[in-house]
Amino acid sequence: MSDIYLDNNATTMVDPEIVNEMLPFFSQQFGNPSSMHSFGNQVGRAIKKARQQVQMLIGAQFDSEIVFTSCGTESNSTAILSALKAQPNRKEIITTTVEHPAVLTLCEYLEKDGYTIHRLAVDGRGQIDLDEYRGLLSDKIAIVSVMWANNETGTLFPVEDMARMAHDAGIMFHTDAVQAVGKVPINLAESSIDMLSLSGHKLHAPKGIGVLYLKRGTRFRPLLRGGHQERGRRAGTENAASIVALGKAAEFAMQHMDYENSAVRAMRDRLEQGILAVVSNAFITGNPEDRLPNTANIAFEYIEGEAILMLLNKAGIAASSGSACTSGSLEPSHVMRAMGIPYTAAHGTIRFSLSRYNTMEEIERVIEAVPPVIEQLRKLSPYWENGAPVEDPEKAFAPTYA
Amino acid sequence: MWDYSEKVKEHFFNPKNAGAVEGSNAAGEIGSISCGDALRLTLKVDPESEVILDAGFQTFGCGSAIASSSALTEIIKGMSIDQALKVSNQDIADYLDGLPPEKMHCSVMGREALQAAVADYRGEVWRDDHEEGALICKCFAIDAVMIEDTVRANGLRTVEEVVNYTKAGGSCGTCHEGIEEILITVLAEQGEVFEAAPIQPTAKQTVVIPQKPQGKTNLQRIREIEKVIEMVRPQIQADHGDVELVDVVENTVFINMTGACSGCQMASMTLSGIQQLLIQELGEFLKVIPASKAGALAQVEEC
Repeated sequence: MSDIYLDNNATTMVDPEIVNEMLPFFSQQFGNPSSMHSFGNQVGRAIKKARQQVQMLIGAQFDSEIVFTSCGTESNSTAILSALKAQPNRKEIITTTVEHPAVLTLCEYLEKDGYTIHRLAVDGRGQIDLDEYRGLLSDKIAIVSVMWANNETGTLFPVEDMARMAHDAGIMFHTDAVQAVGKVPINLAESSIDMLSLSGHKLHAPKGIGVLYLKRGTRFRPLLRGGHQERGRRAGTENAASIVALGKAAEFAMQHMDYENSAVRAMRDRLEQGILAVVSNAFITGNPEDRLPNTANIAFEYIEGEAILMLLNKAGIAASSGSACTSGSLEPSHVMRAMGIPYTAAHGTIRFSLSRYNTMEEIERVIEAVPPVIEQLRKLSPYWENGAPVEDPEKAFAPTYA
Repeated sequence: MWDYSEKVKEHFFNPKNAGAVEGSNAAGEIGSISCGDALRLTLKVDPESEVILDAGFQTFGCGSAIASSSALTEIIKGMSIDQALKVSNQDIADYLDGLPPEKMHCSVMGREALQAAVADYRGEVWRDDHEEGALICKCFAIDAVMIEDTVRANGLRTVEEVVNYTKAGGSCGTCHEGIEEILITVLAEQGEVFEAAPIQPTAKQTVVIPQKPQGKTNLQRIREIEKVIEMVRPQIQADHGDVELVDVVENTVFINMTGACSGCQMASMTLSGIQQLLIQELGEFLKVIPASKAGALAQVEEC
């Protein structure tokens, strides 16, 4: 039996058809699109087509609003640093406590340089308070940067409303939409969003290609200066093969948008229902009513995520965890902490993220495999006794923390 | 995914002594603040001989925390409690054929649980003797608290001094930004400003010699170096080459590469591979140089 991949929020398989589209650009049409000879004469055209395919997927008004970058992180850094550079008198940023490190770590770094960072808190379901947000909007704010969908829980933020509110206050708005693009319909032409980041490898294109959507008229200062590529907004020779791949991936994502929101959603719902029906002391994190169709994040109380992942991996199932031990930094997931999930549950959160390549048969196999794994680890847990949590767990086991 | 040894996996997938010991007369409950893992160790000690008759663990934690707990119980069963108290966290890690540097605290947690259990048996109160901070240097597993304390105690002012006093940053050097941040903070407490060392002109080669681990004679070091070289020889011999140790002077290891290696383009890559391994195994900075170039080096050091 082949292994089951349920870690698509981390990265996705490159669609074999997309690989085929890429291949000519390595060994035949390998020329520089800026060159005059025939080795690159089709490259420029292919990039133009890809730009339009991406434009369609995110509903941009003009194809020139699409700037190809190397990844989502570069797009995020470019957007935030551009806003600061273009508006030197504005020294504050609004973001949230649950952003991806691509935004949070940059903000921490900017804080050291004297910028003020406002981080919007979230409630137990991962939602922000729009009144708190409104109260922070002022002419000191250079940019608001809020993710469209959370990578760990899939919870959606009302970024379109938030962008309108920012514009009403005369403030630029950026959204990190790497998890949302391809899974939720996006129509940027009719939104107030000035900048949006997306990443190829989250939607079955390869790693190393991203996009910064830049609404026409938005004041912009490039991060990388040099050649005239991307109309001088992102210098550096174009990653032609990957741009072509991202274009094709955008086209496929358009075609599968309904499938994501029906069939993939049904598989995700079945997975959650199947596991929770059998496993006690487990719950869904985030906001189940308003989230990505492919993401299930389940907290298994009193056990630890890395141990769960190792046993799942042995059973041929790939997922990820918000536990401290799976990250190099040893910090437990900042998203789970921000939602106030208790330590004994945050440690055992497992994210299953699906794609259109998963099947219901695979989901049934996972539903079979998970309960024994949880049971095995709970037998080792000091919080667990005779098939149930010990009475008053926090008191029954209260280790000295050193 | 972490690069766990087979031994770690074995003890994770099939842990020994899981669960509380029946009729136990000692228990230690310890958590690690750096990752939130926690462990309860229960012991059954023979009151006459003070020998640990049985040991059991219950762990809320990751793969290496469970494996460390399992290893600990295996190690201490049959020991007297005095013997058991001598078990260090390094002994636990060695028993498991090593742990990734980020996971060494799992073995520390095991040792502390043991100390706490023994204290409980003797009716004493266990006190933590160290504080753990964020891991800064991954090569030598040195955390922020350790660096801060050393900077304060010795009035250190530069990254180079931190390398010399703590070894942190002495190998790959990628944590130097983190070390600078600590220096900036600690110096600011004393009303001082951190200044980065100026870039050195290339002519003068400055070699930073970190502190040697205490208590190792030169002969012991050479024996360890020989062991590492013996480890890599079969691989090099498979490529029809060979390597021999010529001399060890301070932190410089002179070796000869023979057979297919002499004149091979890959020889320098092999050298740096051996150097990396030596640094890792001996826990100190070492430079590996072909003995044929020794004369040239002597000149460099003179000027």
